[in-house]
Amino acid sequence: MIEPKTSKKICGMGHRMKRKEDARFLHGQGTYVDDIKLPGMLFMDIVRSPYAYAKIKSINTEKALEIPGVLAVITGETLKEYNLHWMPTLMSDTQMVLPTDTVMYQAQEVAAVIATDRYAAADGIEAVEVEYEPMKAVVNPHKALDADAPVLRTDKEGKTDNHIWHWESGDREGTDKLFEEADIVVKENIYVPRIHVASIETCGCIADFRPATGKLTVHLTTQAPHAVRTVIALVAGHVGLSEEKVRVISPDIGGGFGGKVPVYPGYVIAIAASVVIGKPVKWIEDRSENLQADSFARDYHMVGEIAADKDGTMKALRIKTLADHGYTDAAANPSKYPAGMFSICTGSYQFENAFTEMDAVYTNKPPGGVAYRCSFRVTEAVHAIERMVDVLAQELGRDPAELRMQNFIQPDQFPYHSPTGWEYDSGNYPAALQKAMDMIGYDELRKEQAEKRARGELMGIGVCSFTEVVGAGPSKDFDILGIKMFDSAEIRIHPTGKAIARFGTKSQGQGHETTYAQIVAEELGIPALHIEVEEGDTDTAPYGLGTYASRSTPTAGAAAAKAARKIRDKARKIAAHLLEVSEEDLDWEPGKFFVKGAPDKSTTIQDIAFAAYTNHPQGMEAGLEAVHYYDPPNLTFPFGSYICVVDIDKQTGEPKIRRFVAIDDCGNIINPMIVEGQIHGGLTQGLAPAMFEELIYDEDGNILNGTFMDYLLPTAVETPHWETGHTITPCPHHPIGAKGVGESPTVGAPPAIANAIVDALSHLGVTNIDIPITPFKVWKILKEKGVTNA
Amino acid sequence: MKTKEITVHVNGTPHTKEVSTRLLLVHFIRDDLDMTGTHIGCDTSNCGACTILLDGKSIKSCTVLAVQADGKQVTTIEGMANGAQFHPIQEGFHEEHGLQCGFCTPGMIMRAAELLEKNPNPTEEEIRWGISGNLCRCTGYQNIVKAIQYAAEKMSTEAETA
Repeated sequence: MIEPKTSKKICGMGHRMKRKEDARFLHGQGTYVDDIKLPGMLFMDIVRSPYAYAKIKSINTEKALEIPGVLAVITGETLKEYNLHWMPTLMSDTQMVLPTDTVMYQAQEVAAVIATDRYAAADGIEAVEVEYEPMKAVVNPHKALDADAPVLRTDKEGKTDNHIWHWESGDREGTDKLFEEADIVVKENIYVPRIHVASIETCGCIADFRPATGKLTVHLTTQAPHAVRTVIALVAGHVGLSEEKVRVISPDIGGGFGGKVPVYPGYVIAIAASVVIGKPVKWIEDRSENLQADSFARDYHMVGEIAADKDGTMKALRIKTLADHGYTDAAANPSKYPAGMFSICTGSYQFENAFTEMDAVYTNKPPGGVAYRCSFRVTEAVHAIERMVDVLAQELGRDPAELRMQNFIQPDQFPYHSPTGWEYDSGNYPAALQKAMDMIGYDELRKEQAEKRARGELMGIGVCSFTEVVGAGPSKDFDILGIKMFDSAEIRIHPTGKAIARFGTKSQGQGHETTYAQIVAEELGIPALHIEVEEGDTDTAPYGLGTYASRSTPTAGAAAAKAARKIRDKARKIAAHLLEVSEEDLDWEPGKFFVKGAPDKSTTIQDIAFAAYTNHPQGMEAGLEAVHYYDPPNLTFPFGSYICVVDIDKQTGEPKIRRFVAIDDCGNIINPMIVEGQIHGGLTQGLAPAMFEELIYDEDGNILNGTFMDYLLPTAVETPHWETGHTITPCPHHPIGAKGVGESPTVGAPPAIANAIVDALSHLGVTNIDIPITPFKVWKILKEKGVTNA
Repeated sequence: MKTKEITVHVNGTPHTKEVSTRLLLVHFIRDDLDMTGTHIGCDTSNCGACTILLDGKSIKSCTVLAVQADGKQVTTIEGMANGAQFHPIQEGFHEEHGLQCGFCTPGMIMRAAELLEKNPNPTEEEIRWGISGNLCRCTGYQNIVKAIQYAAEKMSTEAETA
């Protein structure tokens, strides 16, 4: 661990500062959206489709309107009057707010009931009578492209199939040539299934339109409040919601993980209802609605191939993917990246060439394609490459760690230009893997495994050496709906030397109120305890694109440092004035300027702050504040190596994680305690899809596990004790050398676990098991291979 | 709509209200008493965000009717601290970074309260099983376990010196 530069009192970078935001949560005084109560507030509940694909023949609202407390029922026809029944998605597709004629997935919004309390609203939705004419749903994405598959998006003029887009990256011909010439080619089908972020707080909002002022305030579970404000103004400008009259407040958020990036139909309906009725309307979805209708993640059907020399040198990579997007492409990706950052799929390895292509299709499933705690499809890419490296190792009879060491991009090759066009900023992959191997005792474990295998026991060791790509992103490449993906910080120093700092991002548990304060403390020497951090109110915070894809530290964290440095520049001028010397004669140490060679002649940042309001030099503007919009020059590339050890019960097929070591490198660390916490949580959200979670649909498009009864989140019992460690390779282009960390473990853990389980069964000829690897899947293999008679 | 007058003692204070007989206890606490520290995270009694103590026993208040709490003692997260001073369990969560988004935290703390009441010196395994009815999506549970261990130690030290 690098020693902090600041004192414990200042608590800048590197200190294990206890979180400033804890107290309100621990006292039960957090303010989540459902905790907000406004005078006259009404409640909304939503009627949802029981069918995956059906014509709506009629909607009868009479009985619902007879229920005491029910005030209105909103349908697609109601919204059509205002041209609000469809809305654009972030990927320039279109999505129904409420349908006028057809439902496209089970649990789709069909109508909304507005009532005086939540129980009346719930009664109301039961009483709305909808007559459907079910149609044969398209559920299997492979069949969606068949010539005889029904065309789902008949709303799109001239659409003759269910194909959405084709995307490719890399050099097809060059890659094909290397495959033709290769000694060895390995190939595997790998499916990364549809899953759901399932933050413990569901989504919801209170739309509060005041007819007297024409102002709309929306209290909203959103990770990107400014972007939502602009979307509302763009979508509903024609009905009078001009951007200066829209205020989005993102209060305390009970977990996001990407699921609170999209604008859901429920939000738009609640806003429309509030505008029409002139009263605040609250909508809070149930867990089952959240799982069944809100954006899914993943759902990539991949075919991976590696071409290699006999000696194990990896030459070329090819991945072909079919992406199931549901009935509309409502993925949350930067505009120019329909497949997100998937082309990072060459991972931590030197390939001479690579080519990846993808086709996206419509099916009768919920729309989406959000991240589940990762940077835009990196998890899928890392799963493919890290599984494929193991498949190659198995084919060659090589140790998977050794094969990785042989093929790693070496530390002296950075900045490294990947065959798919990325410039990796920095890295030291062999060091991270070696540290993980040392920590877990890799060689001993391999010996133990050999002995156990000889005795017929099933034990596996899985390695994963991932490279992340986060911090979107540089404005030349990255935008959402045209808005460049910078982020912002505004810092104001009060006369008494305390500060308020506001950001365009929004914490959902990441601890920004603490870490941002530590960055400002590092730069200005004002104790972090005296720096109030505020986010999430578009009326007060500077514009920013929000918190997802591990971008807060790479963008807004950088903006904090830059804004603080602007303040320090002005503080230097004031200090020179106070000490009656020239600026060049001053040196800085955290918290004070002193005269070179005369350290006792000094002035503190607090004195300077006071002078900025009471005794500033003539001709200088009063005050001490700055704002910075940070446009990153490149993305950041955190990395790590994970090793997992599993034991498998031969009779039940249950894999049990015995040990899991995670070595992460996120560059310079702002708060080691918070980084460790992020890694624990991320690893658990890697464990979840690796072993438990998958949204399963039957052939008619019915979801089979749409509640917490059967969509299994890991509890404390299934979650192993995580062993963590780190290496530090500072980011060369970030002002404080940080890279972002929240999602690395979610990206790295699934292949480590899958590789361990496959490794335990590799001697039986098993080369891949698709996640989630459940006891049943393993048991079936053991049964088939004659290993168990249970 | 059937209603009934009930008196529920919440954190030591009696509250008498005429409520709908179908009103869930969690809504009574949150909406009628405006104590919003108790959260709702699911609709199938799986997540435990709504955990409170009913006559000292940890229960999921989304699965109990308000009328069933008539005449009983309810303890919520708001009743744990002594003014601004944390209860040892709250202190443990703060010291050991046992919370991130904070949404599951009140339920976890209330569950831990009963766990430590029944078993003042639990093993890690006992803690993990003990909180297995409460879901957390942020922390990976590791620091929650440490937080409860911290509280166990502090509470047993306090009990010895008392």
